[in-house]
Amino acid sequence: MSWLLATPLALPFLTGVVAFLLRGRPAGRWISVAGNVALLAAAGLLMARVLQSGVIAGQMGGWPAPFGITLVADYLSAVMVVITAITALAVAVYALSDIGARAEKLGYHALFNFLIGGVTGAFLTGDLFNLYVWFEVMLISSFGLLVLGGRREQIDGGVKYVTLNLISTILFLSGIGLLYGMTGTLNMADLAGRVAAHENQGLITVVAMLFMIAFGVKAAVFPLFFWLPASYHTPAFSVSAVFAGLLTKVGVYALIRLFTLVFTGDTGFTHHILLWVAGLTMVTGVLGAAAQTDIRKILSFHIVSQIGYMIMGLALYTPFAVAGAVFYLVHHIIVKANLFLIAGVADRVAGSTALARIGGLYKSAPLLAVLFLIPAFSLAGFPPLSGFWAKYVLVAAALEVQGWIIAAVALLVGLLTIYSMTKIWAEAFWKAHPDGRDPTLAQLDPGVRRRLLLPVGALAALTLVIGFYPEPFVTFAKDAAAQLLDPTAYVVAVLGDPS
Amino acid sequence: MTDEPNAAPAAPGLAGLLPVALSAVLFAGFLALVPQVADGGAIRLAWDWVPTLGIALSFLVDGLSLTFALLISGIGALVFLYSWAYLGRKPEFGRYTLFLTGFMLSMLGLVLADNLIALFVFWELTTITSYLLIGFNHEQADARRAALQALFVTGAGALAMLAGFILLGFTAGSFELSVILAQGEALRAHALYLPILILILAGTFTKSAQFPFHFWLPNAMAAPTPVSAFLHSATMVKAGVYLMARLHPALSGTEIWMWSLTIFGAITAVFASVVALRQTDLKQALAYTTLMALGTLTLFLGQESGYAMTAFATFLIVHSLYKAALFLVVGNIDYATGTRDARILGGLARTMPVTAFAAALAAMSMAGLPPFLGFIGKELKYAGALAVASEPLVVAGAILIASALMLAVAGVVAIRPFWLPPGGAFPRQPRPAPWPMLTGPVILALLGATFGIYPDTLERALVAPTVAALLGSAEEAKPLVLWAGVNLPLILSVATIVLGVTIYAFKLRLRAALARAEAALPSFDAGWDRFLKGLNRVAVWQTRVIQPGVLRFYIFVTFVTVLIGAAGTMLARGALPALPSLSTVTWDGLALSLLIVAGAAIAAVTGSRIAAMAALGVVGIAVAMIFIVFGAPDVAITQLLVETLVVVLVAVALLRLPALDPPGTRDRRPRDAVLAGAVGLTVTLTLLAVIERPLDRSLTDYFETASWVEAFGRNIVNVILVDFRALDTFGEIAVVVIAALSAYALLRTTDKRRPE
Repeated sequence: MSWLLATPLALPFLTGVVAFLLRGRPAGRWISVAGNVALLAAAGLLMARVLQSGVIAGQMGGWPAPFGITLVADYLSAVMVVITAITALAVAVYALSDIGARAEKLGYHALFNFLIGGVTGAFLTGDLFNLYVWFEVMLISSFGLLVLGGRREQIDGGVKYVTLNLISTILFLSGIGLLYGMTGTLNMADLAGRVAAHENQGLITVVAMLFMIAFGVKAAVFPLFFWLPASYHTPAFSVSAVFAGLLTKVGVYALIRLFTLVFTGDTGFTHHILLWVAGLTMVTGVLGAAAQTDIRKILSFHIVSQIGYMIMGLALYTPFAVAGAVFYLVHHIIVKANLFLIAGVADRVAGSTALARIGGLYKSAPLLAVLFLIPAFSLAGFPPLSGFWAKYVLVAAALEVQGWIIAAVALLVGLLTIYSMTKIWAEAFWKAHPDGRDPTLAQLDPGVRRRLLLPVGALAALTLVIGFYPEPFVTFAKDAAAQLLDPTAYVVAVLGDPS
Repeated sequence: MTDEPNAAPAAPGLAGLLPVALSAVLFAGFLALVPQVADGGAIRLAWDWVPTLGIALSFLVDGLSLTFALLISGIGALVFLYSWAYLGRKPEFGRYTLFLTGFMLSMLGLVLADNLIALFVFWELTTITSYLLIGFNHEQADARRAALQALFVTGAGALAMLAGFILLGFTAGSFELSVILAQGEALRAHALYLPILILILAGTFTKSAQFPFHFWLPNAMAAPTPVSAFLHSATMVKAGVYLMARLHPALSGTEIWMWSLTIFGAITAVFASVVALRQTDLKQALAYTTLMALGTLTLFLGQESGYAMTAFATFLIVHSLYKAALFLVVGNIDYATGTRDARILGGLARTMPVTAFAAALAAMSMAGLPPFLGFIGKELKYAGALAVASEPLVVAGAILIASALMLAVAGVVAIRPFWLPPGGAFPRQPRPAPWPMLTGPVILALLGATFGIYPDTLERALVAPTVAALLGSAEEAKPLVLWAGVNLPLILSVATIVLGVTIYAFKLRLRAALARAEAALPSFDAGWDRFLKGLNRVAVWQTRVIQPGVLRFYIFVTFVTVLIGAAGTMLARGALPALPSLSTVTWDGLALSLLIVAGAAIAAVTGSRIAAMAALGVVGIAVAMIFIVFGAPDVAITQLLVETLVVVLVAVALLRLPALDPPGTRDRRPRDAVLAGAVGLTVTLTLLAVIERPLDRSLTDYFETASWVEAFGRNIVNVILVDFRALDTFGEIAVVVIAALSAYALLRTTDKRRPE
């Protein structure tokens, strides 16, 4: 079983190393694509196994839990790995035409794949300190990607990004130290039992807050999201797409994992705070977006706002709501990464992502218009696209437990999301190009066009599939939530059956 | 603003006729269902969609939904035919057809859906497609503005409505309308009835443009005329009316239902017909009369009587027929002359006799003259109004005013452009419209006349079944007759005609007066602009406050959050540690601690990077000494090595950088110091609380025993690093490698000799 768990973790590192060795040569970039195809296959095998036999765990090095490091995959981990592989593959193909020779020479593909390795590691590990290690891998490789190119605004964004994330890292590490001091273990399944058995529950809650803040920075929730809008609009489009899709979601994942598995003793306190955080994150994020006039900046603030929805699902802490959070995660990664990729195409053909300086895409590039409408209206929650079901489940879950205010906030923020998406649509697509030019897709070299649009189209198709045929995804999310809210299977898979 | 229809009479691709065929086939199919439904046999079809959420693709064909389906597909076929000639040569005609077809199918889905959530899905699909259609002339700022306005206003209502649907579904235990409608009494008695009602009405009032949400509809006339004819008269705006009718059996009958529908409906009807008269653009005039019709329909849905329901069903059909016809007539006028200005138009009867004929028939139905269906509709309206439970005379009065104004507007549209001399030069020499553009108006206008003369057919086929869907029994339906004897409705009818003709005669003077009155009133449309501006201002303000671009501020807020989160929780949860006993403090421990504190303080205060680095080095070395004091020399050695290396490397790197502290930040230091101290204190207190209990040593014990026996290493730290937790070490090595890679890349790209 171990190899099933270790492969999605090892493959990206292997790919990265080979891609680095072959950097600057044409083979180097195709290694990245091939490696991510393999990653997708590995993720698929893992998912198949998890669907078949429930939570699976592997003890690395053969040391029994909780003494060694355990890799675990439940439904949530498995689906996150799959979605990571999908996003990574899409971006790897897109990058073929997006990343310049110079950035390739400087090791873009290696950094990219190391980042993916960090992400899958974070999703698969069952060990708190090991999670910290993968967070570091992600942080440092994402910083490298962020400043690759070395433009002034990139450095500026990169410094903010790395500084604030390092604060998160310190908090995370302090939290681990304190928790270890209290329980003597780092294994998350083991922690679940020991934290519950600890006699000073108040102190546990204090430490839980440290984790909440540490992951809150990573997830970019209010009032800790500063680093995200400061940096996401600066790097290459491939880079911002993979960041937008995956990075904050690792933070959300960590929050979901710890606040369903470990810190569940004082949900009246912790999850109530999370609910406030969720509401404020949604509102401040969407208002931030409304103030922007650049496609990538609008999209960046919308990441913040959307994170609020996922936190809302966790905070409501009912099976239905957590299912909503899981569904939202999956839907959001696809849609958000895709929108950034599309922004890149718009930039290519229309000359900018600043709304005032572009236009005419609806008339001249109808295919791109369709490809934009799908994720944009999905993000805004229009039926029958994936975002509608995500919002529907969350709002229904809130109403089910009389969460009137949070339901109202979720709906209202949906309305303002429509406002932002139609702003992009009206300015970049409907309006005539201010320079009177025809931003057709035909001006792109056919090969470039294929490599840019293929991933965009594939992700859009996935959005449509989830939208029109949501049943299996909803069922899956419900099962994932059931596993999260009753972690017995998880604990047994890691520690063995106590009986 | 006018459309720019085809420059020449159209001979566009025959593929453009596919949607005509599609809607005609649908229409025929629905027509075939009429006998069965009229006999009371509702048809229900269902497929699973999202069973986990109780959402099915289920459809219900009863009198109400069938009437709507026939109107949608029938008028749809004529509008598609019309569009083919009107826009068929435009480069974006393909998209137009696609959107319009999508719209029609969504609309059919909406009226046929038996599942509330499926209904909502179709509802929003009509919103999206109408957004794309209103913005058809997308390079014009007005069209974009109108499209957004329609989307935003109806979208806002729809979201409220979704919440209402969810609550309704939870309350009734099912999203299936056929289940919900059977539980009227229980629903009306439920504590959630009022919120459900308000939320759903928010959706229907915005979609059906009831006052004060009416302002988007006249703006939506930015769409090409056939779109206006279809969406904004016959179909989409009636979706709200449809939903109120659909839920009538479940939600009506309460005071709040009755009053809210009656009041909003009556205000909308009177307000709209007054404003309609003022318009000089024929299309705008018609748009406001649509509002009047929507208000009237809403008003009737507020009631319970058989008269009111019969009036609703009849007027629904009457209005759809004449309104679609008249919109298409205006399209023809626009096509022929290049203008829709009522002050210029005149004398067109000779150039376009067929259009003039259709206009006359449709306008007489609209004016409620015998023997047209409109007359019967108006008689029923009065009968329905007089049957209203409370204040029947007020309601009848409102309808009288609205109907009289309607008659005057009918005159403006059908008499002036065709039969009176022109008031100015047309933008282009008048030309006759091609046959596909005549078919629609003529058929629709003739239907209005035919049903007026033979109302029994309509009554049996559609009106009675619709009433049955509303009230549960077809018995309640009142007969449709042209001559019901001399009664109060007839007297009111005569009064309407007299009043209407008078208004028409004095319309110019009235127009000026109304324009003055309207200018004095607050404009909702300007309010929309203010709303957007306000939204933007709030957004910009908020973003400036919380995202000012200053890293120092970000760090400050992050640590404030840490302080509130940790210290606040500590206080709230009573997790403060007991005061530690000072007897365990040793002199060496104390000295090292002071060294650490001093190092940190110097690092924070100094203005030199090198000094700061050195001070941090002191901290590191003091920590290493602590390890030695507590008996972990191997860890201490590692720490010392790393610390020394870091200080040396960073100091070298920093040599060339300018001094710290740009001017003007120094004054924030006291504040930052307090925060730093508070955070440090919180962490210290937490740590003290943690070490109140002995450390669980099970992991350490295991490592001590297993290290040599199983992992074959004597140095436990080494064994942990390379074996027990080798994966961590792998990750950390990766971190170092990646850091090197990133640094390399960064240095190479920012090198000034190699510009990008």
